[in-house]
This record gives sequence, structure tokens and C-alpha cells, in this order.
Amino acid sequence: MTIQVVAFALILAAIWFLGRNIVHNLEELGKDFNFSFLNSRAGYDINQRLIEYSNDSTHGRAALVGILNTLLVAFLGCILATILGVIAGVLRLSKNWIVGRLMTVYVEGFRNIPLLLWIILIFAVMTESTPQPRDFRGEDAEASMILGESVAVTNRGIYVPNVVFTRSLGGNEMTEAADGVEAAVIPSAAAIDWLLVLVLLVGGVFASKAIGRWATRTQEATGVRPPATFWMQLGVILGPFVVVMLVLGATLDIPELRGFNFSGGIHMRNSLIALWFALSLYTGAFIAEIVRAGIMAVSKGQTEAAFALGLRPNRTMNLVILPQAMRVIIPPLISQYLNLTKNSSLAIAVGYMDVRSTLGGITINQTGRELEGMLLLGLFYLVTSLVISGVMNIYNNSVKLKER
Amino acid sequence: MANTPSFVRTQMLDPKDPPITEKGAVKWIRENLFSGWLNSILTLVSLYVIYWVLAHILPWALGGIWNAESLSECREIRDASGVGHDVACWAVIGARWHQLLFGFYPSELYWRPILALILFGVAIAPVLFDTAPRKLLIVTAIMPFAAYWLLWGGTIWGPIVTALGFVIGWAIIKYASATLGALGSTIAAIVVPLLYWLFVAGAISGALGSALPIGIESVASDRFGGFMLAIVIGVAGIVMSLPLGILLALGRQSDLFIINKCSVFFIEIIRGVPLIVWLFTASLLLNYFLPPGTNFDLMLRVIIMVTLFSSAYIAEVVRGGLAALPRGQYEGADSLGLDYWQSMQLIILPQALKISIPGIVSTFIGLFKDTTLVVFIGLLDPIGLSNAIRADAAWNGIYWELFIFIGLCFFIFCFSMSRYSMWLERKLHTGHR
Repeated sequence: MTIQVVAFALILAAIWFLGRNIVHNLEELGKDFNFSFLNSRAGYDINQRLIEYSNDSTHGRAALVGILNTLLVAFLGCILATILGVIAGVLRLSKNWIVGRLMTVYVEGFRNIPLLLWIILIFAVMTESTPQPRDFRGEDAEASMILGESVAVTNRGIYVPNVVFTRSLGGNEMTEAADGVEAAVIPSAAAIDWLLVLVLLVGGVFASKAIGRWATRTQEATGVRPPATFWMQLGVILGPFVVVMLVLGATLDIPELRGFNFSGGIHMRNSLIALWFALSLYTGAFIAEIVRAGIMAVSKGQTEAAFALGLRPNRTMNLVILPQAMRVIIPPLISQYLNLTKNSSLAIAVGYMDVRSTLGGITINQTGRELEGMLLLGLFYLVTSLVISGVMNIYNNSVKLKER
Repeated sequence: MANTPSFVRTQMLDPKDPPITEKGAVKWIRENLFSGWLNSILTLVSLYVIYWVLAHILPWALGGIWNAESLSECREIRDASGVGHDVACWAVIGARWHQLLFGFYPSELYWRPILALILFGVAIAPVLFDTAPRKLLIVTAIMPFAAYWLLWGGTIWGPIVTALGFVIGWAIIKYASATLGALGSTIAAIVVPLLYWLFVAGAISGALGSALPIGIESVASDRFGGFMLAIVIGVAGIVMSLPLGILLALGRQSDLFIINKCSVFFIEIIRGVPLIVWLFTASLLLNYFLPPGTNFDLMLRVIIMVTLFSSAYIAEVVRGGLAALPRGQYEGADSLGLDYWQSMQLIILPQALKISIPGIVSTFIGLFKDTTLVVFIGLLDPIGLSNAIRADAAWNGIYWELFIFIGLCFFIFCFSMSRYSMWLERKLHTGHR
């Protein structure tokens, strides 16, 4: 009890000391503490953005653009890192000697060299060793587009085809009609189109789950699984999707070389690509170790017991090994996702405009509001982490082995 | 007797050699590389990948040019020699290795960081390997102050007077606990040295310095750079974050409400925000939290921030170790009548730390790798120096050689740390799990 009182007193004293200093220092500098700067004009441009933004927008909107950019690279990174990590982790356990060694080299190489170096290295590869857009020009061009003339890898970034709609719900603009040329529709994509597609896909997944449950109930009641359940499940997801794509008139907008640069399609800047690949490769190496540990944590007796019960190998994998391995794999996997999200703040190395560069960088420099800006920045990361780790704790409790 | 066999073998035949496909290298290759179609494809793909990578890198790296004054001279030599492909220009390493290792530390004083590193090696030996003589622990105790003095230089009295504060604290715990009680002596051991450092130490060292001016040339923090900077920050962070992390872990596991909540708060806040944001906080905001007029060395701020950051991670690793111990260990310690600190020190922590070695070491590796982030707040770590080297007209446009050198150095440090942790794990593994 005494210890608690002493500790409490010490902590209060420390808080009082810090608070007094902050108030005093702010007074000395003639600054106040408010967040109204978020509503003033930002005045700087952001080259990579997911929502509408111009330099007339507010600092608050700039921060939002940054947040979305952070979440974008984190999301892309988590997906690619999981794929790489699972492949590398499984292959590292392979009996094939060469494959195993190769994966060991990958894992150890990425785990023991700083992420920052990898980001800069991949960025340098992207900018120094890829062709310039003008190399694509001419009859005997030095460089050519890959994947059926649809993707251009240049030193200004990667240009990939974009899906656009000729009958967009947001309305399409028309080209000017000239002699002999009829007015044509310019395909475009509005947010509402994609929202519709997304809603249909999510609805499809739920419907397919419902079909699966219905099939299982029928099977349990009658002993026979309804025929073609799998195809029904697939159809309910893909059917509406295909229909809506046709109705909206989806076409591919393929990048082309116009003048000195490519236009059309989606332009993924080098900064995004380098950050994305480096984060994925780096985190993938850690995930590989997690997956390997998870699989190795399931004792051999489990496999043997499942075989003794007469389960086939893939049923053994699905019903016996994976559920136990997942229990070990998921918590560290999610903390790797968290690490990836936090590491995306290294975007500063390649000039990707994430939340740290907008809110925590340019905005702070322009408004001189370090205290408020850093506070908001910290809060964003903190809330993201706490939400993800909260979800993880719920999951952990649901799969925990019940003891005593 | 018509069926009597004409010949009966009385001796066993020697076993026949196994078929060629079932022995030696052929068997190994068949079993390990071509045991099925999937395996064969994987083998061929990996062989191709290895060939592709080596075919691109080896001619470039092995044909590298070691003697040149600038990148353009490298290119001239390459063109003159008539090789058709690009070659590495390793000359930049020869010309600038001292900068990559020491930053802008005065070159005639290079012996000081080297001596500090050797001293560190001697000091760390008794901690890492239990076969090293125990007397070396004295070096370990002196090491932090000696290293500070060697690296930054200046008067010798500063470190000595600072070290005296720890001696005072230790003496209070040792001799005054009988009169003050355990809690009282602990508080006194924290408060008295703090007061001593704040109010007395400066005056004493100043007086001693003017009376007996013993010292070496002092070097400012902004001359530090390269791997020396990374090692100084990394080692300082590692050494200080371990005890702090253990205390935080104990706090988080503790039943005392306030201490528990404070530890949780601290750990979650630190872990929820990326290190780079903390480093910017240290460089931009720290002045807001300190009394007006105090000014901290940027490097010291970074070391403090890195220490706090990794101590939160260590705390979580150690907490994992504490939670992994069966309850019986805690109950057993209680039933022996040990008090809290005794039971922690003698029973719980030795086992918990043993379990958490891999996690602790990987936190340390992460900390060492994270020292590269200081480049963003203006310290010259190896990556920052690679930019500085590129800014020189002679080496403008050189990337890969520097990156490979820096990457290799980091790899050696981090890989040896992880091997050490594996060795330690095996050594401490007592067979029951």
C-alpha cells in the first residue's frame, strides 16, 4: 500500500512538472493550444491520393489523404506479406534441400538488414534500372510493355490498366463531335460504381456462406449434401458481379505513351511501389518464421492420430493441423501486421505522402503547431494499434486452451 | 541319397552393393531434390533463380574496380579494359570506409572509439559467456563511464563524479536499509543520488577540473557518425532498456493497481506509435516538456527515446516469459516464505528470462536495425553518410556498392546476435519443457 501511495505521488509530481513546463513554454513562445489550423488552407500538393484534394483544401483534408495513403500501403503490404510469408514459411520446411536453403537466405537476409536500407535499395532499383518513358517510343524501342502490352514499368512508376465504365452511375462526359466523327462516351469511374460492386461482392460472400450452412443442415438431416453446392456458392458471388459489370459497361483503360509520358490507366508511383515491396518482403520474412513455427508446433502425433482415425491427408490438414497451427500463428501474425502499419511511416525515405508526411511533416512545418500535430499523429497510430490489438485479444480469448 | 545337393554354401555371401540409384550422392539427390514432380519443378525453378541472380551479380561484383579516385575514373577504367557489362566501383569503399565507420570523428583520434569497442568487448565477455573470469565484471561496471569519456573526451572528472552517484545509491541500500527499512532505503537510494547529480555533481567536477585538469580532447556529438553512431546508440539502448523493460514487465504483472495501470499505459502508448514519430517528438517537442532554458544534446535525446521505446517491447517479451511459468512456481516461492523481490530474483526471473531470450534478442536486433532511423532527425548514421558521400561530385550516382557494404555490416552484427541467442538457448536448455 505504501508503495502505491509513493508511486502515485511520484507520478502526480511528474505530470505536474511536465504540465507546468508545457504551459510555461507555450506562454514564452506566444503560442496557444488549439486545433483550428486543421480548417485553414493547406497550400501544398499531394501527388498520390485516393480522394479529391487540391492545394486549396484544408490541413484536415490533407491529413485525411495522408491517413488513407498510410492505410492503403498498409493494406496492400499486409496482403502481399502474408502471401510471401506463407509461401516462404511452408517452403522452408520442405524436404527439398535447395528450396529450403534458398528460403533461409531470404528470411535471414531480410530479417538482419534494416528495413530502411531495403526501402531505399528498392527505390533505387525502381528509379535507376528501369527504362525511361521515351525508351518505349519508336519502331525498335529499347523497352516494351509487359503482360500483353498492358503494363509499363518505367522509372517514373508503374502504369497498370484501370477498370472504367461506359455507363457510369456518376455520369459520363462525351467527346466533342467533329466532322465524320460521332460524339463518343469517355469511360470513367465514379466512387458510387465501385461502392455498388463492393456491396454486391460482400453480399455475395454472405449469401454463399448462408448456402453453405443450408447445405450442411440438409446433409446433417438427410445424409446427402445437395448437389452442386460449390457451384451455387461460386455463382452467388460471381453472378451479380458479372451482371453489374456488363450493365455498367466495364472496359479496361490501358496506359499509352502520349508525348513524353504515359497516360491512362493507374499510375503507381515509385515511392508507393518501393515502400509496398520493401514492407512486404521485410514483413514476409518475419511471417515466414511465424508460419514455420506454427506448423512445427503441431506435434507429429496429431498427424499420426488423424491418419489412424482414417482421415485422408487433406482432411487431416484442414481439420487437425491447420486449426491448431492457426492458434499459434494468428496472434504474432497480427502483431506483424501492426508492425507493418507502423513501419509504413518510413515512407519519409522515399517521399510517399503518408500521414506522417502530411500531418506530421508539411502541416507542422507550415503552421508551427508541433504539439498539436504530433499529438494527432500519435493518436492516429495509437488508435489503429489499439483497435487491431483489441480484435486480436478477442480472438485470442476465443481460441485459448481452457486450463484449470 | 539321390537328392543330395552337390554343393552347400557354408559361409554367408557379402551383401551386394545397393543399386547405384540407392546410394551416395545419387540417392541423396533423388530423395531431396527430385522425389516427385512438384519437388522437381521447385528444384529446377530455384536452380534457375540462383543462376539468374548469380549471373547478374557475380560478373559485376568480382570484376569490380578497387583503385580509382572517382566514379568517372571508375567508368574510364572499365571502358578502357573493354568488359562489355557494368562493373562495381568498390573504390568508393576504399576511399570512404573510414567515414562509413566513424562519421566525421577526427581521424587522429580513431584509436579512442576502437579502444572503447575493445573495452566493450572485454566488459561484455563475463555477461555473455560464463567461462570468462568473473573479475572482468569490474571492467563491466567501469565500462559505461570509461566509454563515455573515451568517445566524447573532455575532463575525466565528469564521468568519475557521475559514477560516484551510483556508488552513493549502492552504499545507501547496503548500509542504511537497517535503519530506514527496505522501502525507505530504496527511496533514499533514488532520491539522494538524483539530488547529488542535480546540485552537487556539477560543482564538484568543475572544482576538480580546475584544480587537477586531467582530460583528453573533447569531441562534439555532431562529429559522430556511421557505424560508430549506430553502435553507440544501439549498445546504450540495449544496456539500459533491459533492466527498464524487466521492471515494466514486473509492473504489468503486479497486483498493485496504480503501478499496474501505469505500466500498461506506458507500454501501450510507446508500442502503439512508430519509433520515427517518437524520434520526431524527441527532436521537436522535448523542449516543451523541459524547464525553459534546458538544452539537451540531440544524440542523448535519441538514446533516451530509443531506450524507452525498446524497453516497452522488452517488457512485453518478458511478460510473455512471466506468463508462461506455471502458477506453481509463484506459489512455491510464496510457500518458501520469500518476499516479492527475493522470489522474483531467485525463482521467477531466472526461468522467465530464459524463456524470453529469443524474444529479447530479437528486440535487440530490431533496436540495432532501428538506429538507422536517426537519419531523419539529422544524425549521420551509415545511410545518412551514404547520402553525404553521394553529394560529393566525385561519387555522385553511386548506389549499390555503398548499400551492399552497409547491408553486409548490419547483417554481420545482427546475424551474430541471433546465432548467439540460439547458442545461449541451447546452453540453458535444461531438458524439461
